[in-house]
Amino acid sequence: MAEPLLSVRNLRVEFPTRHGTLIAVDDLSFDIAPGEILGVVGESGAGKSLTGMAIIGLLEPPGRIAAGEIRLEGERIDALPAEAMRRIRGKRIGAIFQDPLTSLNPLFTIGEQLVETILTHLDMSERQARDRAIELLAEVGIPAPELRIDNYPHHFSGGMRQRVVIALALCARPRLIVADEPTTALDVSIQAQIIELLRKLARENGAAVMLITHDMGVIAETADRVAVMYAGRLAEIGPVKEVIHAPHHPYTSGLMSSIPKLGEGRETLAQIDGAMPRLTAIPPGCAFNPRCPKRFDRCTAERPSPLPAGTTEAACWLYAR
Amino acid sequence: MRADTLLELADVDREFDVSRPWLNRLLEGEPRRSLRAVDGVSFSIRRGETLALVGESGCGKSTVARMIVGLYAPSRGRIVFEGADLADPASAPLRRRMQMIFQDPYASLNPRWRVRDIVAEPIVAHGMAPDAHALAARVAELLTQVGLAPEDGGKFPHEFSGGQRQRISIARALSSNPEFLVCDEPTSALDVSVQAQILNLMKDLQQRLGLTYLFISHNLAVVAHVATRVGVMYLGRLVEVADAKDLFERPRHPYTRMLIDAIPDIEMSGRPRTPVAGEVPSPLAPPSGCAFNPRCPHANDRCRAERPASHALPGGRSVACHAVEEDRIPDL
Repeated sequence: MAEPLLSVRNLRVEFPTRHGTLIAVDDLSFDIAPGEILGVVGESGAGKSLTGMAIIGLLEPPGRIAAGEIRLEGERIDALPAEAMRRIRGKRIGAIFQDPLTSLNPLFTIGEQLVETILTHLDMSERQARDRAIELLAEVGIPAPELRIDNYPHHFSGGMRQRVVIALALCARPRLIVADEPTTALDVSIQAQIIELLRKLARENGAAVMLITHDMGVIAETADRVAVMYAGRLAEIGPVKEVIHAPHHPYTSGLMSSIPKLGEGRETLAQIDGAMPRLTAIPPGCAFNPRCPKRFDRCTAERPSPLPAGTTEAACWLYAR
Repeated sequence: MRADTLLELADVDREFDVSRPWLNRLLEGEPRRSLRAVDGVSFSIRRGETLALVGESGCGKSTVARMIVGLYAPSRGRIVFEGADLADPASAPLRRRMQMIFQDPYASLNPRWRVRDIVAEPIVAHGMAPDAHALAARVAELLTQVGLAPEDGGKFPHEFSGGQRQRISIARALSSNPEFLVCDEPTSALDVSVQAQILNLMKDLQQRLGLTYLFISHNLAVVAHVATRVGVMYLGRLVEVADAKDLFERPRHPYTRMLIDAIPDIEMSGRPRTPVAGEVPSPLAPPSGCAFNPRCPHANDRCRAERPASHALPGGRSVACHAVEEDRIPDL
């Protein structure tokens, strides 16, 4: 495998509170290669968005990176001063968030916002920056970009706004794009268009994409590899086909069979009983053990690390040799 | 009307006044403006079935749900429940036989009330419990029925997870012994593993209590799982109604086909997907003729000029499309 573009090792994100320290992300490691789309899935509270925030250096205090390292093209970025991180963000890492309305400033035209971002990161004249902005809008599929560039965000529909947000994230041709639920606020027909756009960007620009979502359908259509998170920990990671069709971790199998699918006549859906533990009450051993149908003694005593299981890696004692 | 019809909507419209304030209209000479959120919708729901309404945001599906339970009054048309027009004040007692479950289990439960009071409210409001003892017993029974413990009644909503809160909403909805439940996106705010629990619970309750559901959702895979029949809405109009199995296997209306095509393919079968073009137009200025014509690959002059009426096809299906009626779109 080529040198990874993003490498995360033993990442731990903590929130100190009055009632003790909450560990929101715990001992998480993964790599993303250039041109690769890594899907990160999990239920709400699994720590997937916080992982994204830690990578782009936007953890809200008191949240902090307590251990581990994050490397972008070999360079450590987890302990950089705020000013240095601000220069990397936008230039080398682009971020796309769920809600396209709150990611744009309603008081400026989208052209002003694009030009400002381009001038911050690239050395060009205002004229050139405007041409570049029009080019970007065309690239993300906005019709008549030379006219739309002077519109305000409220002139655009939800899907078009998300395209503008993607154009903003692409301004400086970042090497890594962190996309947190980019299609969740959109209707299915628009969602398909945005997925296609992300895929095209990874393919054509060789950018690495970290796609955070709770929607397995979006992952199946977009990602090359997928990481499944549970209670702040990595449950399973591997090629998207294997994780979806032949998962090894009992949580992944439960998750996959609980998704309703078209064209299957099942009366009842398979369900995982119970709910993900709160961060204040993560059980000892494997975090999934109270809900796991295959639990045995070791699971309640010792925490598993990711172990090779077929073509994927699963943090489950079933695969210990 | 069929004998087993529980609820029928006949040519129902709902308009909202979206005019600017009076002074602005006076000074700027602007006319009143109205938005037609629901436009000539007719369908019926049979006893014991689950009718699902699907469509993208702004298509009017939630407005239909709210009109049925009486949160909005229709601007035109009739809503008939058990043979009685719901606009008639004499039919008010029928209201207790229908209840609603809302999308957001965080916003739809009063945070300052204990769960037992939330669940008991409809029973008290309808005067259905003879004394406090019977009330407590009924609340405990309801909580057990939805998979919670009777002791949970003493807790507050914030002590529960999203899935458990939705169970509380269902217990509240069931407390007045309704036979008809209107469920507006009941699982959209939940995680998939929890969604499966709630969908299974709803199916189980339907079988045990003989409930009829109107199920509103934008998630077609969920709809395919729960629905007996499906109605597809676009820009306030009902474009296709069919049995769930037929609709997903052989969609007829071009919009239904587009929606089904756009579902992300989790099976990764590599089935070719038709790229979806365009977006839903503004309901303030709907296109003339068929509302779908600007995005439709089969649109011709007639589609742009004349609004298609719903016409019946074999198998209890109805479609509002000129191209289907004229056989310009081959059946799958």
